[in-house]
Amino acid sequence: MKSKDIVVALAGNPNVGKSTVFNGLTGLNQHTGNWAGKTVSVAKGAYFYNDKKFILVDLPGTYSLLSNSIDEEVARDFICFENPDVVIVVVDATCLERNLNLVLQIIEITSNVVVCVNLMDEARKKKIVVNLQKLSKILGVPVVGTSASIKEGLNQLMEAVDKMLVNNPKEVIKIKYDDNIEKEIKNIQKELTIIKNINARWLALRLLEGEDSFIKTFEKNESYKLLKCVKESQRRLRNVGIDKDEFRDKIVSGIVRRAENISEKVVIKNEKYYQRDYKIDKIITSKLFGIPLMMMLLGIIFYITIIGANVPSEILANILFQGEEYLSQIFEKLNVPLWLHGMVVHGMYRTLAWVVSVMLPPMTIFFPLFTILEDLGYLPRVAFNLDKLFKKVSACGKQALTMCMGFGCNAAGVIGCRIINSPRERLIAIITNNFVPCNGRFPTLIAIITMFFVGVISSPLQPLFSAFLLTLIIILGVMMTLFVSKVLSKTILKGLPSNFVLELPPYRKPQIRRIIIRSILDRTLFVLGRAVIVAMPAGLIIWIMANVKISDVSLLTHFATFLNPFANLIGLDGYILMSFILGFPANEIVIPLIIMSYMSSSTMLELSSLAELKTLLIDNGWTWLTAICVMLFSLMHWPCGTTYLTIRKETQSWKWTLVSFLVPTIMGIISCFVVTSFVRLFGFL
Amino acid sequence: MEDIFPLSKLEINEKGIVKKINIEGEFRRRLLDLGLIPDTEVTVLQKSPFGDPVAYLIRGAVIALRREIVDKILVERVLV
Repeated sequence: MKSKDIVVALAGNPNVGKSTVFNGLTGLNQHTGNWAGKTVSVAKGAYFYNDKKFILVDLPGTYSLLSNSIDEEVARDFICFENPDVVIVVVDATCLERNLNLVLQIIEITSNVVVCVNLMDEARKKKIVVNLQKLSKILGVPVVGTSASIKEGLNQLMEAVDKMLVNNPKEVIKIKYDDNIEKEIKNIQKELTIIKNINARWLALRLLEGEDSFIKTFEKNESYKLLKCVKESQRRLRNVGIDKDEFRDKIVSGIVRRAENISEKVVIKNEKYYQRDYKIDKIITSKLFGIPLMMMLLGIIFYITIIGANVPSEILANILFQGEEYLSQIFEKLNVPLWLHGMVVHGMYRTLAWVVSVMLPPMTIFFPLFTILEDLGYLPRVAFNLDKLFKKVSACGKQALTMCMGFGCNAAGVIGCRIINSPRERLIAIITNNFVPCNGRFPTLIAIITMFFVGVISSPLQPLFSAFLLTLIIILGVMMTLFVSKVLSKTILKGLPSNFVLELPPYRKPQIRRIIIRSILDRTLFVLGRAVIVAMPAGLIIWIMANVKISDVSLLTHFATFLNPFANLIGLDGYILMSFILGFPANEIVIPLIIMSYMSSSTMLELSSLAELKTLLIDNGWTWLTAICVMLFSLMHWPCGTTYLTIRKETQSWKWTLVSFLVPTIMGIISCFVVTSFVRLFGFL
Repeated sequence: MEDIFPLSKLEINEKGIVKKINIEGEFRRRLLDLGLIPDTEVTVLQKSPFGDPVAYLIRGAVIALRREIVDKILVERVLV
């Protein structure tokens, strides 16, 4: 960041459309990771206004800055120590009172605050009126009303931020606490005169409260006089009955009561309009419908994905394999050496073509569908529905949320685990995240289900049955998650379930157009990019292995033969296991690699439909048992390379990264072994 | 006037006024941050499919809390 750039921090409660404000201001030029939706780390973007460049920093969504979760520390430290020029606090117009809590806390730290009252359009719909002028007058800082999803008010917001650079608010609201506390604040403030940038009153409050991180900083600076003064103040407060807990209670209550008081003055509510959400929840999370509805929704999404992907898959396959022929002809005309021709066309191009035609369409369709559910606000309801199960295995109910994120991308799911406060429960969620198949894995499941269990002949019922089977596999994954969480809670991560708070935010209309544009563009480009980076080299490796021979047998066969005895035990074969190993960088290349390695040793060179693909697999010894084991192993094996690195980063420990690698792998091997032995023992095959 | 009793004893659609929170430390702070301070009105909204947790209306926001927590929050019944 250059010194002349203006730094603007964006703070706010979760679920207030903070990310929408961020996107609205910075445009499409920023990235928050590959799972659209949750802001889990600090994202940066830039916008220009009045010929000046503003760097916008999107802080994690928090209810408060006073508790000690990772997200709250990140947000608080940024506001305190990074000296942003302006802090925009985004609040929800339909739930102003609770949001004001954070506004008041931030104004205590810095007066350079612009309050952005977002979701004004929803407030209008719910007939809630917020008096923005009055709010601004009470708070003493600018207040701007916005509806970020329809880009309303964003210009005024930028204007307010710009004006603040030359015109700092002078008379901001001050919360008065208990007289005893006020007296001690003054005592400490006297000792604090040397400290710049941080509001002395606020710092005095934190010191009196006994906030560890600040006390430690002063210990390091050897400010013994100040610390002694703090100790004495705390002693005097204890003498009048205000111990540490009581002190905190008084501070928080003071802020909450003030927020209540302000809200009463500026908001005209309409209770009737809240009832709609409660009524929806009464059905969606009811004893009777809650769980079945959840499975049905999942099934419907799979159904749409399967039927939606069929046609584009076929078209892409036709185009790409036609392309292969043209490419071959060109290579022949140019007299390119055979080995180079093989490497480029039969190795790299062909693998890429398989990834794009089989894997890309379902991935592109599933992703926006799932994001719509997320935008609606359905995922917290899933966590609400399933919490009891997670409690039974001594885990956090929010694990259901991170599990859902895993459907999109396990790496994103692992980062999402930051929302879990207990370190023990967070580790459990991280280790088990891989038990939900990510977007890169279930096209594999879909392809196998279609080929081996519902028949490739198209009938109207076929996709429905596929979706049903896929849903069953997901349920198996969820059961595994619960089982493994339980085992971990009883062994290496012993402990009792801790407390947590889950908010069920109001239902929101999903921004369908934005979701579709963003996820198709982002997803398609992301998957294509990854296909080029990962699938082409992998295809090259397979081709080389298939064509380099040692004592007349290809390396590929040598390697597969080596893996074969073990692979056989778990119902796979050497080629399949090798494809899973080579698929470590990205799960979406596993099936293409299996195809490539069979084709390299087979006479069949033209392959353009699932029916022909099934013939290839059966020719290579596949049975329904192989199909089941490939699906089980796809559901349960090591995390992909990206996820693996993310786990290392999030846990800061190679030990837990290794555990996250071993746990799903061992579960997969055991499951496949048990199924295979059972089937073979009883002679079902 | 009725005695105070745990929030978990309230039925769906009943309301209570928070009188005491018998929870200490970090989690107490978290509850306070949500506006769950003494004299706050809480409405019981909805049980989850397995009966626990339960969703409550607290200062305009819907918050789900597990049984162990609401056992320790004492309320006074609001007669409607």
